[in-house]
Amino acid sequence: MAFAAFATETAKEQTPRRGGKIALLLLVPGLLYLGLFFLVPLFSLVFTSLQAPSGVNFGQFEAAFKIENYAVFGQYSEQILRSFLYAVLATVFALLFSYPLAYFIGVKARPWPLLQNLMLVLVIAPFFISFLLRTIAWKSMLSDESPFVTGLKAISLLAPDAHITGTPFAVVFGLTYNFIPFMTLPLYASLERLDTRYLEAGSDLYAKPFTTFRTVTIPLSMPGIVSGVLLTFIPAAGDYVNASREFLGGTGTAMIGNVIESNFLLSNNYPAAAALSIILMLAILVIVLVYVRVSGTKDLL
Amino acid sequence: MAGAFAEAGADLELVDLHKRFPGFTAIEEMNLVIPAGSFFALLGPSGCGKTTTLRLVAGLEEATSGRILIGGKDVTETKPYQRPVNTVFQSYALFPHMSVIDNVAFGLRRRGISDAKGKSHEALALVELDHLSARRPAQLSGGQQQRVALARAIVNRPALLLLDEPLGALDLKLRRQMQLELKSIQDEVGLTFLHVTHDQEEAMTMADTVAVMNKGRIEQLGAPEMLYELPRTAFVANFLGQSNLFTGPVSGTTATSIAVDVEGTRIVVPKARAERHTGTVTVGVRPEKLTLHTEAPEVDSSRNLLGPGRVIDVSFSGVSTQYILAVPGAGTVTVFAQNMGVGPLVADGAEVWVSWSVDHGFGLEDEAPPAPRFDADTDTATIAVQKKRALMSELEEA
Repeated sequence: MAFAAFATETAKEQTPRRGGKIALLLLVPGLLYLGLFFLVPLFSLVFTSLQAPSGVNFGQFEAAFKIENYAVFGQYSEQILRSFLYAVLATVFALLFSYPLAYFIGVKARPWPLLQNLMLVLVIAPFFISFLLRTIAWKSMLSDESPFVTGLKAISLLAPDAHITGTPFAVVFGLTYNFIPFMTLPLYASLERLDTRYLEAGSDLYAKPFTTFRTVTIPLSMPGIVSGVLLTFIPAAGDYVNASREFLGGTGTAMIGNVIESNFLLSNNYPAAAALSIILMLAILVIVLVYVRVSGTKDLL
Repeated sequence: MAGAFAEAGADLELVDLHKRFPGFTAIEEMNLVIPAGSFFALLGPSGCGKTTTLRLVAGLEEATSGRILIGGKDVTETKPYQRPVNTVFQSYALFPHMSVIDNVAFGLRRRGISDAKGKSHEALALVELDHLSARRPAQLSGGQQQRVALARAIVNRPALLLLDEPLGALDLKLRRQMQLELKSIQDEVGLTFLHVTHDQEEAMTMADTVAVMNKGRIEQLGAPEMLYELPRTAFVANFLGQSNLFTGPVSGTTATSIAVDVEGTRIVVPKARAERHTGTVTVGVRPEKLTLHTEAPEVDSSRNLLGPGRVIDVSFSGVSTQYILAVPGAGTVTVFAQNMGVGPLVADGAEVWVSWSVDHGFGLEDEAPPAPRFDADTDTATIAVQKKRALMSELEEA
């Protein structure tokens, strides 16, 4: 009997203790943070999106259940589609630029840790300067008076009356540029762990370098690709800086973020802006769920 | 090659192969011919260049100079995927994102061979793992992964199969079992196997021919029995089993044998078993060939006699007992004695003689090693024993 009691006691100790008081205590700050900065704004957004004009003053609304507010979806379908198109393009370009870069830093540069660290610093260095400042800098570099644009015009690669800023090209370029580090870092993290012995095995089993890349390297770096794509696509779809007229965009490049911004800040149409925000959120959620399901990396969610 | 199955194994020929890495030479001038259909083992301590040799043959490293021929065709300049060679890696390197069957079918699919799945199932059946074909490698045990790696290589029927210490991670019992399985698979499929290992027992039980490598060169090559019976260098004599080695000048020569004078003791070795017949020669004998005597035996011209010496260590290992003797003039001598009776023959500290048949000795081709820095009877083992005795007697007196 005594032995049995002893045995169960030791067995209990091996299983992780659940619901310990200290564990709960440690969770409190995180839960408070989530409640305060995620749940409260989310509910507030949902309530705002259902408000109706109070009819007394312009720009004042009262609690209601005006589901028709969500009809703004039809009004701004062009901007919504454009947002996702730009975000997809920026994600694809960021992936195409980042993969070779991350592969070089994480795999090829392994014998030289100093070079690896230096290149990682170069990837992260842009974060030391404000995102807005960097985008403004690109605006002046791509402006009509810049040496780059006048040079292109001088050698007739650009029509004399053409512009770069204000075009979809400039917006996608800006999005790609701003989100490249978010793509490169997760890719680097997964490629850095890539066991090159698998590549040797592939080559030993008659796979040409490209086949090895397609059948071994890409599947093994899939977690990095998935998280890089999510980290780039989600903020890029909701971005309103690059596409705004003060930065790289023009009248024809407005994205959903710009519409939300103008509804909130210019026309004070809070319910419409809130409804658009929720539509954007749900659309991104659906796209992300489909993407994660298709790419087969369920462990991430 | 790619596209067709090899009907049988092919010869492997290495001609003047060199491999230098920045800072050191991994392989110095290797010349080697491995005949088709044989099971060849490269044996050596870690860092001797055996894995580098394998990687050169597989094409995973580039030779600094020299040529590699497989089945008479020069493959030195070709890429790994162009060579009719497959490797069972030490780490197995099974693709973690593919099922077992996809791993095995990988090579066949790359070469566009029809019925890759069916052939892969056959190969898995050969290693008795077909029932696990849908699993991921991470769900298998080490031994099962090793067999999948083997199936993934042999399903391609390579002209040459390279095995890079594939049994290193297995426990002793599983390793024995896999050694037998590998050997029977090799008999069955008739491929040329090149096996790299640091386990001398594994090399001797499995291979038809063993090459002992040291410091980037092959020290000796031959059938396992031949290597064991007649090691040519001190390295081979000590790496492949254990040896008692004695060095001294040749003091007499007859038509059939030479006599070596080791600090006053005459040791006779047949000429046919000695590489050098003049000058200072190192001769040796395997520990299990020695017979222990507790009384001075009669002098017999067909036997060499050493002694008297003192037993300084007795270690019992079940089948046999290992005795270490300190013999003045000859240094330490190791004796393996079968445990025919009950308990050890002699106790620690006993005075003994050892003898062995002249026919069992061998002479090495090495030049004499540098003179020992200490007298032979004061090596560290002896000193330790003497210290222990002194301490014991001190304690008794107290």
